[in-house]
Amino acid sequence: MSTRPHIPDRLATLHPYRVTPTRMAFQINPLSAAILCFGSVMVASSAWSAGGPTVPSPLEVIVKWAPLLLAGFAFNIAISLLAMLLGTITGLWLGLALLSEIRIVAGVSWLVTQVFRNAPWLVLLFFVMFLVPFQVTIFKTTIPLPDWQKATIGFALPVMANVAEVVRGAVRSIPSTQWEAAESLSFTPRQTMWLIILPQCIKRMLPPWMNIYSLVAMSTVLASIVGVSEMLTLTAQVHAAEGGRPELFAPLYGFALLCFFLYCYPINLWTAHLERRFHVR
Amino acid sequence: MEAIRNWFQELYESTGLNFSVFYDAYDWNRYVSGLKMTLFLSVTTILLSLVIGAAGALLQGGSSKVARTAVNAFVVVFRNTPPLVQLFFFYFGLGTLMPSIESGGMRVPLLNNIQWAIVSLSLFAGAFNVEIFRSGIEAVPRTTVEAAESLGYTRIKAYIHIVLPLAIRVCLPALNNNLVNLLKTTTLAYAIAVPETLYAIKQIWSESQNVLEMMIVLLATYGILVGILVWLMHRWERAMHIPGYGR
Repeated sequence: MSTRPHIPDRLATLHPYRVTPTRMAFQINPLSAAILCFGSVMVASSAWSAGGPTVPSPLEVIVKWAPLLLAGFAFNIAISLLAMLLGTITGLWLGLALLSEIRIVAGVSWLVTQVFRNAPWLVLLFFVMFLVPFQVTIFKTTIPLPDWQKATIGFALPVMANVAEVVRGAVRSIPSTQWEAAESLSFTPRQTMWLIILPQCIKRMLPPWMNIYSLVAMSTVLASIVGVSEMLTLTAQVHAAEGGRPELFAPLYGFALLCFFLYCYPINLWTAHLERRFHVR
Repeated sequence: MEAIRNWFQELYESTGLNFSVFYDAYDWNRYVSGLKMTLFLSVTTILLSLVIGAAGALLQGGSSKVARTAVNAFVVVFRNTPPLVQLFFFYFGLGTLMPSIESGGMRVPLLNNIQWAIVSLSLFAGAFNVEIFRSGIEAVPRTTVEAAESLGYTRIKAYIHIVLPLAIRVCLPALNNNLVNLLKTTTLAYAIAVPETLYAIKQIWSESQNVLEMMIVLLATYGILVGILVWLMHRWERAMHIPGYGR
């Protein structure tokens, strides 16, 4: 019999760190929870108002104005999709420029990425709203730039910088053997990037890209500060149209919260699902 | 000081670039008070959100099912709704429903716009911190907690003295990101007229008509603020570094 002391098979070492999104307890479905919260806000504000029978209750007000508010929400979504499209295309190129062999190109794109990543979204929005002219004249054709298009550009800037970082990170995470194998098969560097490296990156880029999208979707309400008539602006207008009763604020903004929650939460769940499936990070 | 003022004055006269904050004492004071407000907002919300994160993570890992569900609901709701709408909901929605108090013969709301901004932004960032801390706590091995229990630590004491110090070290990079994000989100307080940097600079450019110059100052200000925060967090990360982990 050996007299070796018993060594525990697992030493107490820290486990690898990964941020996993919180999921609601299974018993409470998030949809019903959100509706429950919204309902309690309604009941509370109705109880608070306790107005005469002539004054419409908060629920009636919301039902009455829902088509307008939802149209505003659709506008928010449209802005977010456009900004994402624009930001992804430019961000892909910026990300590739970050990886460039030419030092000046890499340096300049690094600076651009850092500036747009570290500036607050609202500041960038102001930046575009105030410094981009309301119309551009190219070869005597005047292209008008309405507010919402400028806002879209304003949202696309931070998206561009974030997507660039995602692209850079994903390309860096591909083993260098892939590059060497491609080189030995006499692919040019450009072909290697587009035909071999980037297709492998898509899987890694998808979850963070979706995270960025959900951030953009939530940021579109900032456009109301600079005067684009999207959902939040319409909410304030509806409130004024209903006589500016103070107890209507909570249900109306609660309705906006509910809309965004119902849109962003599934995206978030799906992102977490993809992350688990791809085993990235 | 005088030299800087003269230089910017001269720059304005020779090139038309009007950096009024650097030579006009009135604009300078406004800018500095805005900067102070941004710093005040950032520091208070960072501290409060850390407390919310730590408390939430403790409850989330606890045995009470009600508390766990409540914290989960809080995190999920605050993570998936726009912070600006949260701010409006709190300030306009709850602010008007709250009772007001008598002060100096005037009826003033219980919480003013600055306090509401602090509450709302802390809750927003706190929801993210709960997840970050929870993930850090999950990285602490069961056996370490068991060892603490066998030494007679209560659950809360073990959490404060053993689990949290380890968890914080593990999750610092993620925390770093979130706090930078929080600093950037303080600009939203502009929407409820909290006189922070963006608000002050907007006032300056509407009066002095120098949008481009003030935009540059604004971007530079936030660039420097974020840079300082990142630098501080990196120093903290190095100081808290666990020997034998990472590089």
